[in-house]
Amino acid sequence: MLLIPALAVVAVVAIYPLGLTVWQSFTNEQFLAGLQPVEFVGLENYRNLIDDPFWWDSVWLTLKFTVITVSFELVLGMIIALVVNSGFKGRGVMRAVMLVPWAIPTVVAAQMWRWMYNDIFGVFNDFLIRIHVIDKGVAWIAEPSTALASVCVVDIWKTTPFVALLLLAGLQVIPTELYEAADVDGVSKWHQFWRITFPLLLPAILVTVIFRTLDALRVFDVFYVFFGSRPDTQTMSIFAQNTIVTIGDVGYGAATSVAIFLIISLFVVIYTTVLRVER
Amino acid sequence: MTVAAEAERAERVKALAARRRAERRSFKYLARRIPFYLLIGVIFVFALFPFYWALRSAFMPTDELFLTPVKYIPTDPTLDHFRDVLSNDNFQYALVNSTIVAASVTLLALAIGSLAAYALGRFNFRGRTATLYLMLSMTIFPQIAILGALYTSINKLGLYNTLGSLIFSYMIFTLPFTIWVLTSFIRALPKDLEEAAYIDGATPLQVFYRVMLPLLAPALVTTGLLAFIAAWNEFLFALSFTATPEKRTVPVAIVNVTGETGSAFQTPWGQIMAATVIVTLPLIVMTLVLQRRILAGLTAGAVKG
Repeated sequence: MLLIPALAVVAVVAIYPLGLTVWQSFTNEQFLAGLQPVEFVGLENYRNLIDDPFWWDSVWLTLKFTVITVSFELVLGMIIALVVNSGFKGRGVMRAVMLVPWAIPTVVAAQMWRWMYNDIFGVFNDFLIRIHVIDKGVAWIAEPSTALASVCVVDIWKTTPFVALLLLAGLQVIPTELYEAADVDGVSKWHQFWRITFPLLLPAILVTVIFRTLDALRVFDVFYVFFGSRPDTQTMSIFAQNTIVTIGDVGYGAATSVAIFLIISLFVVIYTTVLRVER
Repeated sequence: MTVAAEAERAERVKALAARRRAERRSFKYLARRIPFYLLIGVIFVFALFPFYWALRSAFMPTDELFLTPVKYIPTDPTLDHFRDVLSNDNFQYALVNSTIVAASVTLLALAIGSLAAYALGRFNFRGRTATLYLMLSMTIFPQIAILGALYTSINKLGLYNTLGSLIFSYMIFTLPFTIWVLTSFIRALPKDLEEAAYIDGATPLQVFYRVMLPLLAPALVTTGLLAFIAAWNEFLFALSFTATPEKRTVPVAIVNVTGETGSAFQTPWGQIMAATVIVTLPLIVMTLVLQRRILAGLTAGAVKG
């Protein structure tokens, strides 16, 4: 009885729309209704999607973004977690500071960085000029060769502290006696990390990687703020949103949404299999 | 382990501790700590510099903002940008809208979520595990997968460009999360008080209101705050389901201050930065005040998953 409201809400906001999306993906529904009756078109949308080079560009871009950001966030987050866990004065302050980038809206973070990246008045270019790395400002966001890197930096900045906090929570559960014993036996810090910390932390690491990957695969906000719907820098989510809302091609957009859903599910299946093998 | 070996080991422990104490006072030890503190310094700067830069740009007069070489510290701070952005109608709408949406979403998610969590955390019934897994899988559900269906449904219901459409659609990412975290909190609570209440003849609903809710208060604050932040920061739905400045939320408004292709001279960067400072400040204060609680909630949500 107590569950009824919750289940009703979930059914209305998630399960029904998901079903409807699947149905729409087999139709030629257009948003500007009245132009043509909605017809069942079978797999046509999916066939078009497979032949759409822009769609595949967006898939590769999203995958590249995911691999780059998740690996950087994991390595940097690990270093930060180890530093904070080693205990020093001001570690409480540090923990608090780390929560701040996580708490602010992604859109706000993106705007802050967009201004820092500004080709003429941005601090980023100014600093690089001062230390003579470049001699005139670079338009990091507009330049196709640096566009992806510039977004990755923002995501890494915003999310690494959060990754570090999750790993830190895992680190604090490891009993200190293990390290004391290793010290007594003269095991080097490097070996201690690989022999004690890493294996015991592995579950926390895996969970963190899963959450981060799923998050990165649906990235939308930073790319939208940086590039709008510029064709060479669309992620899967931007491609779908653009198709549905801006173009109004609901049927095709729905097929895209289903494809994204399947890609993300594929990752979930891979990860859960890995997790099960680990255990 | 033989007695001799054990004694030897104890010797080594003592020696190690003594060496550590001596080391800590030595100059060499300090020198070795320097790279460590440098690293900490780098982390601090990396984490905080963008905030400093937003503050610096928010307080710097417009003509100084657009100067090269760039000035790192405002010599002549001004509140102009804050005045401009706060007197901007679109930004005022956005602040009010975001507050309404985030507050309603939080209250709804907590009300519905705590009831469900009570059921899932305390009672055994068929389909309980299935429901829990459903909720867990919903927390990683990609919102984009239902964008098209929500978009057409919202239009058909005449909810397009209303705050209601946002409150309604935000349930999808706040409710499952709330249920999941609250359930794990409830499971950790001792049952004694409830059992005592049942013995005194209370109904499940009475137990929920009189016994459970007071015990849950700290957890409700935590999850409520997380739901509030998630709703306050949401962008994709807000962008897709609203059209006019009177209905926009803060993230959409902050993006729209900028012309899509405006050059640096036309983009009012001072105002944008003032807006980011205004929006960020309450979040920072809330996070710092409640940081321990937030951490507990996040790790309950993530690690136990």
